Amino acid sequence: MTSPVSSGRRPYMRPMQGWWRRNTFYLEYMIHEATALFVAAYALVLLVGLVRLSQGQAAWDGWLQALRSPLSIVFHVITLVAISYHTWTWFNIMPRTLPPILLKGKRLSEAAITHSGLAAAVIVSLILLGLVWSLWA
Amino acid sequence: MTNTENTIMLDVLRYRPEQDAKPLLQTHCVPFSEDMSVLQGLQYIKDYLDGTLSFRWSCRMAICGSCGMMINGKPRLACKTFLRDIYPGRLRVEALAHFPIERDLVIVMDDFIEKLESIKPYIIEKQPRLLSQGEYLQTPAERDLYEQFSSCINCMLCYAACPQYGLNPRFLGPGIIALLHRYNLDSRDSGDDQRMPLVNSEDGVFNCTAVGYCSEVCPKLVAPANAVNVNKANSAKDYFLRFVMPGGGEK
Repeated sequence: MTSPVSSGRRPYMRPMQGWWRRNTFYLEYMIHEATALFVAAYALVLLVGLVRLSQGQAAWDGWLQALRSPLSIVFHVITLVAISYHTWTWFNIMPRTLPPILLKGKRLSEAAITHSGLAAAVIVSLILLGLVWSLWA
Repeated sequence: MTNTENTIMLDVLRYRPEQDAKPLLQTHCVPFSEDMSVLQGLQYIKDYLDGTLSFRWSCRMAICGSCGMMINGKPRLACKTFLRDIYPGRLRVEALAHFPIERDLVIVMDDFIEKLESIKPYIIEKQPRLLSQGEYLQTPAERDLYEQFSSCINCMLCYAACPQYGLNPRFLGPGIIALLHRYNLDSRDSGDDQRMPLVNSEDGVFNCTAVGYCSEVCPKLVAPANAVNVNKANSAKDYFLRFVMPGGGEK
């Protein structure tokens, strides 16, 4: 590149501030990334449960009691919505991140990858729910 | 111009370095007909309203990759975008995002060209092939592996779509990585070891956060996001293999 000063060139660089508000695609991306914080938050809740379990019966019961509080229930509902959205967007992106998957010499379509991912998530969730339900009942 | 009754308002981002401190919008009223592309709208301005307007174009049929610009905020080819899809709305045209503006709708593409050169976008043979050995043979399946990535026309729309490139212009970027991937996938090529250091580098694939907008805007359905993300796995493989490969696996 010749020097912009000596040649009279004065290339203008536009600022990036607020880039994620410029386009609905970016906004959706930011929301999707933000929902990862809920995944982390819920992992933390489970880790605390594990620590409380190691501290004995009383500590464990206290943790279970805390989970039943209205505030905790509201938190769980919000987290469920956020994680569901995260799951949805995660599997929508998945075809873009995988190398081509060949099935009988044919390339697996993007829709097939996304749908099988979503189906796997739903099935695993239902199995887990059924397992916990049967233990609880 | 067959139908001059209808007109469309066209806001163009102008930047004339000799007189403008920063870019500013200029509005023109352009005759509109069903078959007009945005490029034709700009050509009307240049021919009849303001001859100083600068923009790049060549083929008018989405194969040369010259007329990429921001059209109502989205990276598009001006020749492949039609006024009828915007009419009666207002049209706003700006130079491709994330690149420095040289003048009006013309961007500085030196960075892209330098990166294009750096990935050696040509077949690198293991040994020089003699003419007497004849042509390379390749099966349809081998060709299918890279074909999609070879459709790139270097229009740079994917760079204007990539916020990570906007934030860090050192990033190799979607289109270049797609081309790099195209040659690495080619059965006739053995230049991987020359290209992988670029993939693995500080400016390589791990700048990508899988926004995915690059694949969305690509006018040739190249899917650069796929090339970038597949190479994240390739790069990780490259890194870990050296612990188990004899000779450190350092290629």
